[in-house]
Parts: sequence; structure tokens; C-alpha cells
Amino acid sequence: MNIFKYFGEIFGAIKSLWAGMRVTGYYFIHPGQIVTQKYPENRKTLKMTERFKGEVIMMHDENNQHACTGCGICELNCPNGSIEIITDKITNEAGKSIKIIDKHIYHLSMCTFCELCIKTCPSDAIGWGQEYEHAVFDRHKLTKVLNHPGSSLRKKPSKEPNQE
Amino acid sequence: MDFNIYDFTSFTKWVDNALNSSMSPLLAIIIELIIIGLVFLLFYAIVGLLLVYAERKVCAVIQNRYGPNRVGPFGIFQTIADLIKLLMKELINIKHADNFLFNLAPFIVIIASFMAIAALPFAKGLQAIDFNIGIFYLFAVSSLGVIGILLAGWSSNSKYSLIGAIRSGAQVISYELSVGLSLLAIVVFAGTMQLSGIIESQADGWWIIKGHFPALVAFVIFLIASTAETNRGPFDLAEAESELTAGFHTEYSGIKFAFFFLAEYMNMFIVASIAATMFLGGWMPFHIAGWDGMNAIMDYVPPIVWFFGKTIFVILMMMWFKWTFPRLRIDQLLNLEWKYLLPLNLMNIVLVAFIVLMGWYIK
Amino acid sequence: MKEVIQDIIIRNSDDYIINMGPQHPSTHGVLRLELSLQGEKVKYVVPHIGYIHRGIEKMCERDTYQQIIHLTDRFDYLSAHMNNEAVCLNVENALEVEVPERVKYIRTILDELNRLASHQLWWCAFGMDLGALTTFFYGLRDREVILDIFEESFGSRLLHSFNTPGGLMHDIHPNFQKRTKEFIKYFRKKLPEYDQLLSNNVIFQMRTKGIGYMSKEVAISYGVTGPSGRASGFSCDVRKNHPYSAYDKVDFKEILDTTGDTFTRYKLRIAEMWESMNIIEQLIDNIPEGDYTAKMKPIIKLPVGEYYQRVETSRGEMGVFIISDGNKFPVRVKFRTPNFANLFVLNKIGSGNKIADIVAISGSLDLVIPDIDR
Repeated sequence: MNIFKYFGEIFGAIKSLWAGMRVTGYYFIHPGQIVTQKYPENRKTLKMTERFKGEVIMMHDENNQHACTGCGICELNCPNGSIEIITDKITNEAGKSIKIIDKHIYHLSMCTFCELCIKTCPSDAIGWGQEYEHAVFDRHKLTKVLNHPGSSLRKKPSKEPNQE
Repeated sequence: MDFNIYDFTSFTKWVDNALNSSMSPLLAIIIELIIIGLVFLLFYAIVGLLLVYAERKVCAVIQNRYGPNRVGPFGIFQTIADLIKLLMKELINIKHADNFLFNLAPFIVIIASFMAIAALPFAKGLQAIDFNIGIFYLFAVSSLGVIGILLAGWSSNSKYSLIGAIRSGAQVISYELSVGLSLLAIVVFAGTMQLSGIIESQADGWWIIKGHFPALVAFVIFLIASTAETNRGPFDLAEAESELTAGFHTEYSGIKFAFFFLAEYMNMFIVASIAATMFLGGWMPFHIAGWDGMNAIMDYVPPIVWFFGKTIFVILMMMWFKWTFPRLRIDQLLNLEWKYLLPLNLMNIVLVAFIVLMGWYIK
Repeated sequence: MKEVIQDIIIRNSDDYIINMGPQHPSTHGVLRLELSLQGEKVKYVVPHIGYIHRGIEKMCERDTYQQIIHLTDRFDYLSAHMNNEAVCLNVENALEVEVPERVKYIRTILDELNRLASHQLWWCAFGMDLGALTTFFYGLRDREVILDIFEESFGSRLLHSFNTPGGLMHDIHPNFQKRTKEFIKYFRKKLPEYDQLLSNNVIFQMRTKGIGYMSKEVAISYGVTGPSGRASGFSCDVRKNHPYSAYDKVDFKEILDTTGDTFTRYKLRIAEMWESMNIIEQLIDNIPEGDYTAKMKPIIKLPVGEYYQRVETSRGEMGVFIISDGNKFPVRVKFRTPNFANLFVLNKIGSGNKIADIVAISGSLDLVIPDIDR
């Protein structure tokens, strides 16, 4: 074996090892490069993007009214059966029996966040919520009723312009 | 009693005299042994926990993370919390394991590392036993731990453990040679194997400076070989968590696992302090012959600070290696030892002997 | 006369068998490798699969074509976008729908971003397989930037069912172009660090060079595609050979090598990262204006027939085969996933090496276990 080759190998090896150590050494003396976040502490400032898929919610306005007509298209489109619509029949002022939503049940535990329900909703009643802390001790808590208690269907705005 | 941070000789003498004057010599010796044992036990636990914490913090910063930061300020109580967790964990009995050896193995590992502390000189006069073959003793005792590792692997009745243990055996036996030979270079320089003598000989300059090129080579080889001997990355083949899950301590749990874990870090400390003692002058302050002004300033720093400062420096080096390099394969590991480190080391020894003979080192 | 390529596995009763997996740090999932050892040497490797079988192909038979999309995310979760695209392209081709140019451009950019993210994760995992633990965090650090871009546009980071037959779910976020350009600038600086830390490292090269040699014949006969196949000289880049989306409009190289060992597979992926950045840079400023989706009926019914479409995911060739009887549900859906083919070459190229090499080889094949089992 060539003695120069032998020592050349050793010096080449040391050089390559030193290159790697320079990288780690650089980060060691630059703690400002730390990228991790301290999570529960930064809860206040942690803001999800507006498209963040946290959970499906039903949008309610200040009068506790939503846009869900209870048509059931979201239930049909859900691939996992995580949405159940329970409708009710009431009689309106005109004396007509109409179908309204009683409970919009959403199983967060089965949801795969494919967005098909939101995409296909004809009245844009449901959307994404930015809530991201979903851990619970009881999985039944992951079954949510999306329409708030006492909420009602929003009337078409053209019909009652002077509500306020 | 006069307590002096620069020289512990008078303090230890005073303790010895006080004990001897109040009781029989035999009882005094027994009590001294107990005191030293307790002090070392405490020291062992504290250093082990601090090193685990330091390693986690160092690797975190290298990897752009914060590291432990939940338990206590900056997470300094994290390792204590971990220790409590390990103490409370169930000790699992393995079916068809050799129970006696299985339980014995962690103790062998921890006793081997515990024995080594006895000969370490922490400061002037702060050394339990000053053997006249001190370095030989350290070297012998620190290699005892591999028996524990082999037993752990053998008795666990697990194939992963067995492979890890056999790897460890092959590795430690090979790297012993390099550790011994690289230390031998300094023994040749100093002309003594007594640790206090070696430190005395560095009063006018550390061997890594006085011994220039061959001492540097010996230092680098010692760092590599001792990292391998303590089973640390990039030579952690015995544990190799991506190949053997956890190697020889796969089957251990609770406090028995903690023993292995603690012993690994203690071994790192021992190896680093040997390197500091042999190459970097131990507790001896940084002196340059003739520069009396600077030497006086250096003397102002207590020796114990010098010792731990140098040890921490070497430990940081070893952590830096571990968190940078990929792991070697077993055949490459042995190649590195037998084809590179050992021939270089032998050449180096000859060179050192020649230099000492001709008096070419810096006096 | 061509040589017959086959695995030979002879089991003896006195073999020293080690089960690597299903819970093992280096199998990256629930894969079980049955290793027969002679000392450190591995006599044969038998992969046992099925620990994460979810019956997705069967599930597809009760789903509409829109619903299939979100299941394809779950094969190779690191190339979720490419998997989505495969189904979408297949349905679009079957219906002969012309998707807007804008969609094609965006899909191509997302493909390449996803490929980058996937290769970054592969890089960190590969480094960790070989014991270099720091690589894991550097790779994840850079991947995080891509995932943030994804989160802003799609709302999710990993399994973004962003494609839909006919186009995309939404338009891209207004910040998308700016942030992608920023990322390219950032990553062009960070990628050389990968080389310094791992590729040029002498220990790494010793561990990977000359290990797990795969010849071109083996690659072809086992159907090893993607970077692993191209490292053996098997020109199998679907992007180049059968361009889809906007790949015919960009100028890029199909990176080929003929060495075929673990180090080549590693180097090829690093080179692909550079090439992906080139592709993104060519497209990111030229996204044409237009709709983000073509007009589609709410219920898609494919004409009677059989349809096949393949795309290049970050691990190889992903094919979707759909048989339709004209109903809104497919009769049969078959997915040709790259990892299934890539896994079974492991015995051929791995046996005879050491245990540590098996880890390196399976790492260099870049296996994603849910993609094997589906």
C-alpha cells in the first residue's frame, strides 16, 4: 500500500468530518437559529391561517341565525358518515308545514377533513373553524351539534330589509 | 482547621487528625472510607444527572431546538423528574432470562465506573487514593464495565441484546489498545504512572503543548478511542437504536436501565477527566514557563475550576462528535482501530520515545 | 439469453432469525422484516406486510369519484398531492374534460413542492437510520417552511385533499407565490449544508458506497421505479416519458445514474431536490390567470370502460386503474403504488450484507409503509 495514499485518506477523512462539525458547531454557537416554538406559552399569539381545517362549524350571525336548510347534501357527500342531519317539521306563519334542521350532528372523531361537505353545501352554511386543540378525555365529546341551541334559519335578506 | 480552596491537603489532613484523635485508628479508617464513599455516591448522582441534562441541552441547541424547558427554570429539574419516573417503573422479569446475571449486570457496569472515580485527582490534595500506578488502575477499572455489558446481553434472552453485547465486546477489547497506547505516550513524557506525578510534571505547561505534535496525535486518538470505549456515538454500535432497538439494554427497565444510563454518562465524565488530567494538565492552571505575571493570574483561579473546566471542554467535544456523525458499521469500526489508529499509535509511541530521548519536547 | 432474476430464500430450522419490526425504529412504520443472520451477516430478508392494511381499494368501490380523492392521501402520505392528482387526471381524461391552464401549472408546482418536502423527510430519516441524529431536525426544519405554505393555501399540512376532478378545491392563497419564492431562496442556501453534514462525510460514504447494488435488469424486473430505479439506470420518470399537467412546458432533466448502490440512490434524491427547485422557479412566475376549476357536474359518472393513469410520485410510479360501468361508483379501483414494488427488491439487493446495511438499504429505498399495504 502506498504510504502517501494511506495518509492522504486520513487527512481527507478528517477534512470531511470537520466540514460536518462546522455545520453543527455553527448552530451550537447560534442559539438564535432555534426554530421550535414553545407551544402552550404562545397560545395567545398562535393564530391559524384563515383556511386552516380545524373542524367543521356552522356559521351563526349575531341573531343566532344560520343558513342551514337541512337539505342533507353534506351528509350525502361525507365519505365517512361523520355528519348526521336530524330534521324537524314545523308549521310556519302561513300555516304550511316545512322541514327545518333540528340537529346537525358532526362526528369530529370520524372526519378526514376532505372538505366535500363544505364544498358542496348549497347555502354555504358550514365552514372551517380554526380551533386546533381537539384533545379530550372522552370521545363522545368529539360528537358535536353544529347548530347552536335556539338558533333558527336565517331569512332571505331581500324579504325583510328593515329587520333592524 | 484552615480550609483553602487552592490546596485541599491541609483540609484532608485536619479531617484525618480529628478522627484519629477521637477514636481508634481502625474505626477512623472505616469512618473515612464511609465518608468518602458517601461523598462519591453523591458526586456520582449529581454529575450523572447534570451530564444527562447537559447532553440534552447541547444536542437541542445543535438541532435548533430548546431542549428541556418545562420542569424548573430552563428545565434543570427535568433529569430529576426522569430519575423519579425511572425509580417508580416496574422492573420487568424476562421469561427464560438468567435472572442472577440479568440483575448482576447493571451493578457491574455501575461499580466499574464508580471505582474509577477513586483515583481521579480533582484538585490539589483532593484525591481519594494516589496510586503509584494510578493511570494503570484507571485504565484497568474503566474497561471492567464491558463485562457487565456482555452479561446484560447474554442473560437477557433477546437476540438484539446478544448482538449488541457481542458488538460491544469486540469494540471495547479493540479500542482498549488505542486508549492504553495513547496514554502511554504521556506516561513516557512524564516518566511516571502516578497521577499526581503526571500533574506535577505539567506545572510549567500542559503536555499537549509541551509534547507538541505527538501529544496532539495521542490526544486525538485518545478522544476517538475513548468515545468508542464508552459506547457513545458515532461508535454506539452496542445500542444502535436504528438497528438493534436499544442493543444490550433492550430488555431492561426501571432503575436497572437507569444504572446503565447513568454509567454511560459517568464513563464519559471519567474518560473526559482522564483526558484532562493526562493531556490538559488536570487541575494545574495554564502556565507558560517564564511568564510569571500571567502564571500568577492563572494561579488565582482555583484548581478545581481548572479541572472541571477542562473536563467540560472534553465532554463538549465528545457531544459535538456524537451529534454530528453517522454511526460506523462493525467491520469499519474494527478497521478503523486495527488499520488506522493502532499503527498510527505505535508509530507515535516510537516518536515520543525518540523525542524524550533527545529531549526535543518543550521544557 | 437473458439471465433469470429471482430471489432465493431457503429457510432452515437452525436459522438465527431476527424479526425487525413491526415495531422497530428503522422500519418507519409497521413493516416486519424477517432477517436470517449468520453473525452480523444477513442471509435473507423476507418482508412481511399487511399490518396497516385498510382496504382502501375496496372502500373506493362504495365512494364517488370525488370521495376517492381523500383516500388516496393516505397511501403515501408524503406525496399526497401526487396521489390526488393521479385520480383526478384519470377522471378528467375519462370524461375528456379540459382543465384550465392555471390548474395545470398550480398542480405541477404543488407536485414539486410536495416532492421537495418528501425528499427532505427522507433525508432526515435516512440520516437517522445511519445514526446521524442531527440530520433529522435539520430536514424537518426546512420541511416546515413548505408545510407552512401548504397550510396557508390548503388548510392542512400533510393530507391536503386539494385536488378535485376538474381542478382544485380553491384558488391558491395570494401569498403563495411570494412565499414559495422565498422558500426556494432559503432552501438553495440550506441544501449545501446537507452535503457538508452527510453526503461528504467519510463515515457516511463508507456506510453507503458499494452497498446494496441494484442492476438495471433487477430494477426493471422488480418494477423498482422512482429515484431508486433511476439510480440503476432505469429511465422511468413519468414526468418525462408521459408528461402530464404542465411538465411538457418546463425544461428539466431526468436524473439518471448507473451505479445503483445506496450512495447513488442518496445522491440522486439530492439532485432531484435541486431539479425540483428549478422546475418551480420556471413555473412560479408564469401561472396564467383563469379559473381554478373546470365546470364539472356535481355527480360524476364515468363512461363505461377501463381507465389508467400514472403519475410520478416522490417514490416512483403511481398508477390508478378504474373500471367503470357508467354508474357514479367505480366497479373496481386498483392502485399501483411504488413502494409495494420497491420493497420486495430488498432481499435481492440486501441479502449478504450486514444488519446495519439492511437499515441503510431500506432507508435508501425510501419506504412508506401505508403505501405498501393500502
